[in-house]
Amino acid sequence: MGKQHTSEKNSLVILVVTPGCDQFPSLESVENYTLTVNDEQCFLLSETVWGALRGLETFSQLVQRSPEGTFYINKTEIEDFPRFPHRGLLLDTSRHYLPLASILDTLDVMAYNKFNVFHWHLVDDSSFPYESFTFPDLTKKGSYNPATHIYTAQDVKEVIEYARLRGIRVLAEFDTPGHTLSWGPGVPGLLTPCYSGSHPSGTFGPVNPALNNTYEFMSTFFLEISSVFPDFYLHLGGDEVDFTCWKSNPDIQAFMKKKGFGEDFKKLESFYIQTLLDIVSAYGKGYVVWQEVFDNKVKVQPDTVIQVWREEMPVRYMKEMELVTSAGFRALLSAPWYLNHITYGPDWKKIYMVEPLAFEGSPEQKALVIGGEACMWGEYVDSTNLVPRLWPRAGAVAERLWSNKTVTDLDFAYKRLAPFRCELLRRGVQAQPLSVGYCDVEFEQT
Amino acid sequence: MEHRGLGWPRLSGLLELLAALAVQAVRASAVAAASPDLCLWPMPLSVQTTPRVLHLSPDNFFFSHSSTSKAGPSCSLLQEAFRRYYDYIFGFYKWHHGSADLRVGVELQQLQVSVILDPECDTFPKISSDESYTLLVKGPVASLTANRVWGVLRGLETFSQLIYQDFYGTFTVNESNIVDSPRFPHRGILIDTSRHFLSVKSIFKTLDAMAFNKFNVLHWHIVDDQSFPYQSVTFPGLSKKGSYSSSHVYTPNDVRMVIEYARLRGIRVVPEFDSPGHTQSWGEGQKDLLTPCYNGKEPSGAFGPINPIWNTTYSFLSKLFKEISTVFPDEFIHLGGDEVDFNCWASNPEIQDFMRDKGFGRNFKKLESFYMQAVLDMISAINKNSIVWQEVFDDASKLMPGTVIQVWKVEDYTQEQSKVTEAGFPVILSAPWYLDWISYGQDWKRYYAVDPLSFEGSQEQKKLVIGGEACLWGEYVDATNLTPRLWPRASAVGERLWSHKDVRSLEDAYRRLTIHRCRMLRRGIAAEPVFTGYCDHEDRM
Repeated sequence: MGKQHTSEKNSLVILVVTPGCDQFPSLESVENYTLTVNDEQCFLLSETVWGALRGLETFSQLVQRSPEGTFYINKTEIEDFPRFPHRGLLLDTSRHYLPLASILDTLDVMAYNKFNVFHWHLVDDSSFPYESFTFPDLTKKGSYNPATHIYTAQDVKEVIEYARLRGIRVLAEFDTPGHTLSWGPGVPGLLTPCYSGSHPSGTFGPVNPALNNTYEFMSTFFLEISSVFPDFYLHLGGDEVDFTCWKSNPDIQAFMKKKGFGEDFKKLESFYIQTLLDIVSAYGKGYVVWQEVFDNKVKVQPDTVIQVWREEMPVRYMKEMELVTSAGFRALLSAPWYLNHITYGPDWKKIYMVEPLAFEGSPEQKALVIGGEACMWGEYVDSTNLVPRLWPRAGAVAERLWSNKTVTDLDFAYKRLAPFRCELLRRGVQAQPLSVGYCDVEFEQT
Repeated sequence: MEHRGLGWPRLSGLLELLAALAVQAVRASAVAAASPDLCLWPMPLSVQTTPRVLHLSPDNFFFSHSSTSKAGPSCSLLQEAFRRYYDYIFGFYKWHHGSADLRVGVELQQLQVSVILDPECDTFPKISSDESYTLLVKGPVASLTANRVWGVLRGLETFSQLIYQDFYGTFTVNESNIVDSPRFPHRGILIDTSRHFLSVKSIFKTLDAMAFNKFNVLHWHIVDDQSFPYQSVTFPGLSKKGSYSSSHVYTPNDVRMVIEYARLRGIRVVPEFDSPGHTQSWGEGQKDLLTPCYNGKEPSGAFGPINPIWNTTYSFLSKLFKEISTVFPDEFIHLGGDEVDFNCWASNPEIQDFMRDKGFGRNFKKLESFYMQAVLDMISAINKNSIVWQEVFDDASKLMPGTVIQVWKVEDYTQEQSKVTEAGFPVILSAPWYLDWISYGQDWKRYYAVDPLSFEGSQEQKKLVIGGEACLWGEYVDATNLTPRLWPRASAVGERLWSHKDVRSLEDAYRRLTIHRCRMLRRGIAAEPVFTGYCDHEDRM
């Protein structure tokens, strides 16, 4: 009985071709790497540091532990690069505040899954936790509790750097003109006062697009945002604008007449968004917007990225992907990946089987799909249930966006995802089970 | 006015009954006038509060036994409870006021506990246990009176929920008069430790949360097809071969600790050893127990439910249940009896012969009943009572009166309730409360809206509904997601089973549930959010 021939490896040699260690990752970052493990070498080669990070993660997943307790790795030859360059995860810190630790922990697990974009939906109707230095009242009056439920400038810096060290871009979203109720208390006059007949009803609606002050505010505010967030892209929202409040307001009615928009409030929405996009462009930023901006025919610059999130309206989401790309815009897919929509059973399978390019179009068109994002909206989610709800389900999205389109066998996926979930547990991640079974070491609350 | 279990302990006679009814009418307005922070869950039977407040100081407040109480410091169940509740009330705010006399107004210095009857301090809770109590909050000494220690535990929980901190951080409580007792005596949570192992620590956490919600039964579905974590002393092979691993087991000491932890919280532990189906894991450690399935004339290699025709089956079960009856002190054992797949039995030639000999024809329900009746007899021979899933009733087993039927199938469950109670058997309702069936949105409202007595039947029939259980089956649940999945959704079931049937306002429930959820968070239970919003102190902050 001979012993298996093993040789001891005591280092993984990493060679990065292009410098860039102190830079921020971008949409154009090259994440290729090769990993070679044999008797002669233990070698990770990549074009950039971002590829090295991806390779390190893969390497860590190849190291196994034998029953005797020794660590070992099989002879390996890996050549790897992502299918899509934008592989994101959205967190909503407005509906529920997420402590900084929760965000940083999420970035760790994103790295284990090779996600590379953290889409931070910072503010919304419910609360405004982002600490603005140009308009401190936004936070003081808009956060759930300005002493405890906020992200200071230091917190934000920490998130950006923690992400950078993991090759993750931070895509900040400040959604307007809808989803802005929490902005109102801190900036009087920003939101549209709704009317009941000829009198203000006391409630407020979307940002008021008819006032110059609005655009002055946005100009100053987005100057701050552009300087705080280093990524080239900002997410400007633009979804679910409810027209009823605008309709009720006499000043807006007058503005509509003056502009010749008639009764078409989509034109008013367009007007607002176009002005906003011009402001943001002037700061040298690119932008991502929700699909309504495209659906409502807002005139946007050709390099706008459209995020497709609606499952059936105005058309089924695959049709929407076709329409967006055939109009020449880049697209991000999120519609089938709303992880906050929980159901009974192994829904990771449905998530996994989505094919982002399953629409009619030329190869050039399909090349406009730059990736997708798993979304974890926060109405029913906070730090008590975020981690088990995110993982390992988001892992199914991660593979769909990284791996080759032919990697679709569910059995093969399960064979890997189930042990990966146990590995997540071992790494201290409170990832929930995929189905009946067990891990050698189960999760224990500390 | 309805009542469950054994009578109405403190209020007998029509006059008191009417007084209680009147108090309830007053309750709604009284509560509205009280502090906006007032939030009790589940809502007690009658609550009278006034706007007069009392202040408590952590340095100058304690629980005590009244001089006339039948319980005293030797009652460790109460001593432990006093320590726990002091911590729940003051523990998270470690600011001591020192010697500065900042006390304004009337102080509440003591909650005096008085147990009227034989306390039952060193006994295990039962289905007939008296959980009623009255709570009189006035300064400087408030009083909590109950017939038994079980009522004291419920009353301490309510008392702890009355206390809030005002804007200055002062611990405050409104003068109140509460009379309370549960609508149903069986208010349970089912956990499944076979599909996924649950650590003892996570079971303890669940018991803590149950106490916060006045649940009083832990239905421990301890073994099933997938794994057998229960370490049997009589048959050690069962867990040795049937558990997921040697660390995925409950030792006799683990089981003892769970039972005692539960007892100290007034919670019964009802074990379920489900058979004849759901027993694949039993076959690993016990050869010649499960039915060998056949492919024509040859065994297929697969096994089915427990083999009901071998004598060895019954001698094994007899020994096993003898052990279980000594390990678990509750009067009830759950025998399962659900989802028996007849295919394997039907394929087995020995069983085919047996069926012929017995004159069962092709009706395997008769074989199932034959088996269940034998096991039920075994249980009554060792002086325990049985609970079974509804199939045992549906498939016409001859059941002894007093056998409890757990109704779990969602389709036509109210009709099932009618049928079972018409036949005279007590019912535990679970069908509308399968909490493992998650969905997007506020499903707690659906659980809350259930009326356990909305089926067709006489008053006598309705009295047979002894309560209900929220079930958290374990296919997709383990310690990583158990707590947020159970709470606060199970809280909705908790109120439905404790509070008066007229406590139904979703708006008021929402207000109280969101506060109750934040309270559970403070007490270390990672209960998930009800909806958009926040707690002063978030988890992991």
